[in-house]
Amino acid sequence: MNTTTVNDTAGHHDEHGAPPGIMRWLTSTNHKDIGSLYLWFSLFMFFFAGALAMLIRAELFQPGLQLFQPGVFNQLTTMHGLIMIFGAIMPALVGFANWQLPLMIGASDMAFPRLNNWSFWLLPAAGILLIATFFVPGGAIAGGWTMYPPLFMQGGIAYDMSIMAIHILGISSIMGAINIIVTILNMRAPGMGLMKMPLFVWTWLITAFLLVAVMPVLACAITMLLTDRNFGTHFFDAAAGGDAVMYQHIFWFFGHPEVYIMILPAFGIVSTIIPAFARKPLFGYVSMVYAVASIAFLSFIVWAHHMFTTGMPVAGQLFFMYTTMLIAIPTGVKVFNWVATLWRGSITFETPMLFSLAFVFLFAIGGFSGMVLALVPVDIQLQDTYYVVAHFHYVLFSGSAMAIMGGVYYWLPKWTGHMYNEKLGKLHFWLTAIAFNITFFPMHFLGLAGMPRRIPDYALQFAEFNMISSLGGFLLGASQLLFLYIVIKCVRGGTPAGNRPWDGADTLEWTQTSPPPYHSFVTPPLVK
Amino acid sequence: MHAHANKDVYYVPPPSIWPLVGSVALLTLAVGFVLHLNKMPAGPYVMALGAGILLTMLFGWFGAVIKESLAGKYSAQVDRSFRWGMVWFIFSELLFFTGFFGALFYARTIAGPSLEDSQMLWPGFTASWPTAGPGAPAGATISPVDPWGLPALNTLILLLSGATVTWAHWGLQKNKQLQLKLGLAVTIALGILFISLQIHEYAEAAFTIRDGIYGATFYMLTGFHGFHVILGTVMLGVIFVRALAGHFTPERHFAFEAVAWYWHFVDVIWLLLFVFVYWV
Repeated sequence: MNTTTVNDTAGHHDEHGAPPGIMRWLTSTNHKDIGSLYLWFSLFMFFFAGALAMLIRAELFQPGLQLFQPGVFNQLTTMHGLIMIFGAIMPALVGFANWQLPLMIGASDMAFPRLNNWSFWLLPAAGILLIATFFVPGGAIAGGWTMYPPLFMQGGIAYDMSIMAIHILGISSIMGAINIIVTILNMRAPGMGLMKMPLFVWTWLITAFLLVAVMPVLACAITMLLTDRNFGTHFFDAAAGGDAVMYQHIFWFFGHPEVYIMILPAFGIVSTIIPAFARKPLFGYVSMVYAVASIAFLSFIVWAHHMFTTGMPVAGQLFFMYTTMLIAIPTGVKVFNWVATLWRGSITFETPMLFSLAFVFLFAIGGFSGMVLALVPVDIQLQDTYYVVAHFHYVLFSGSAMAIMGGVYYWLPKWTGHMYNEKLGKLHFWLTAIAFNITFFPMHFLGLAGMPRRIPDYALQFAEFNMISSLGGFLLGASQLLFLYIVIKCVRGGTPAGNRPWDGADTLEWTQTSPPPYHSFVTPPLVK
Repeated sequence: MHAHANKDVYYVPPPSIWPLVGSVALLTLAVGFVLHLNKMPAGPYVMALGAGILLTMLFGWFGAVIKESLAGKYSAQVDRSFRWGMVWFIFSELLFFTGFFGALFYARTIAGPSLEDSQMLWPGFTASWPTAGPGAPAGATISPVDPWGLPALNTLILLLSGATVTWAHWGLQKNKQLQLKLGLAVTIALGILFISLQIHEYAEAAFTIRDGIYGATFYMLTGFHGFHVILGTVMLGVIFVRALAGHFTPERHFAFEAVAWYWHFVDVIWLLLFVFVYWV
């Protein structure tokens, strides 16, 4: 993309820098500061929910009950899932949106800077409520992150606390998504038509649309749980004409778009990094945009593939099976385009590129196991086994989380002004990629052999694979401490990065200094 | 800070304490609500505290926005942002109601009839609507509200209020401030009338929210709608006060339009309620 660089100190008035001390963060209206807050919050929650995962793997290291009572184990799996999704992955991606969208479209800030800050500061409020549930009578919620009734009706105060926490997270997500849509639609620099936007911007526009559409539906589902628990309604009580399966339909109408909310911005990050290190423009930009839009559209009509075993007419099973398989087409277009971008590229393998290439390969494995699960007869065998756990960790960890890590390495020089330690970064990558596969690849075998998920004990024949998986898990967890060290070291200092440390990077943020001025693009640049 | 210089630059507000206050408010409200639900006496007091903080935040935040707007800090581009923002907010509200309508349709057209088709409960089981459920005590029937009584009157009232708020808008566009104020006052009165009749209907109804899936969907849908009407009426009240203070000009009156859109949205939801909850 050709741009004219604008010296944006000109015409700058209403000058307000950052207030000193803690107030800079508490009262911020600056997209960069708020983006950093989102990213730090998500890193903290990543380690918190990761610690829960370590406890899960410790319990499953050997057969038999080792460390926890089954009830506590169920709390660990439930809260691990809930916090990773709502506390780690989603806030990290919104953090990227905050930092990068205004810089990539040449805007001075987000459209609603104060609302932006509220979207962030609701997260710690919800986080406090969620983490506090571990310390109330009865412990945290334990019926799985999907909160299915009737199990969800039976718990104590933690269940009401979690509902309120998710309501607050929902308010945060909806306001954040509206902010992102409006920023992209209304704040693009002159000359940047929709089809000139970087793909990361496109993926976030579509993701934000999904958020605005489905977070209210989640609010609706958990409100019905709340009233069924406390106000005598019978939405999910069959004796009074309600239906527990109805909850699953409403939940997954939110839940399936939700998984694309967590992967589409990751697609955007990878689609930014691969062209930069292949030193070639992204292959098939237009088809990439349409592929993302098609995936988003399909996400609204596949939800019941999560419920093949809960009972539905054959016609329903067939419909949801075929629509689910259709998703492979736009996803295949994307994988093909990433590979075609590499074709005859002048490729170098810095840490962000390593994460992105691993993403393409490992996410494709997760996509294929998704295809396997889409087949009704197979899914009926594999429902609620470790095969499903393997599948969604291949799309959520080696998909979303590794794309996020790649994105962090890619933009850290821009955000901090320093280069990260390349040697340590590569070490972190290899440790993560290898440990990830040691942890999760054996779970495919465990699931195919019939090991159910969310159970603290298992039959003896599953012992070896579980031990391998646990050892991999501990290594995976420990490797992330290296990530924390690299990030902190890079924030505190390092080789100056210059405006554009990556040869092939051509989006607008690289026309700014590293780190960019507190208020960038006060006068919008002209995009040719 | 010179207003005239802002026309070409997107206004980025200075640091503000209100978002943080809002978060503290929602956390306090949520904690109080949970305590109340779990029968702890402190609950209502904590909730009241949270509501107080929330009101303070709303006054402070909207006050700041109004002040900035009157100072002319908002360019045409900022105005477009507000418009887009309101459109997408209403879209999210629409999806919220869609979820509850979905529950109504599912319970009525899928859950009940499939039990009748499969005859899994007992031979001769028939699904009926309205229903207190197959497990309801024998002879327990629900007599629904007659759609052509109060609900029909309420439909007329809301449709009329949609017309009066549009009439007020026409007045504003022609800078007839009296027509604006009069239109708003009548709209607010109609809103209050609607809420009063709805409360009356609830008091007279022969069933409660505890009476099976019918009672649950009926009160959840009409209750959330009623809550939105109350919210809309309060918003109209704020706009009325601002109209009295002469805040709106034919060129610049986004706040008025946003509230009018919201009011029309609440109106449309009511029409759907009338058809699917009361009538068919």
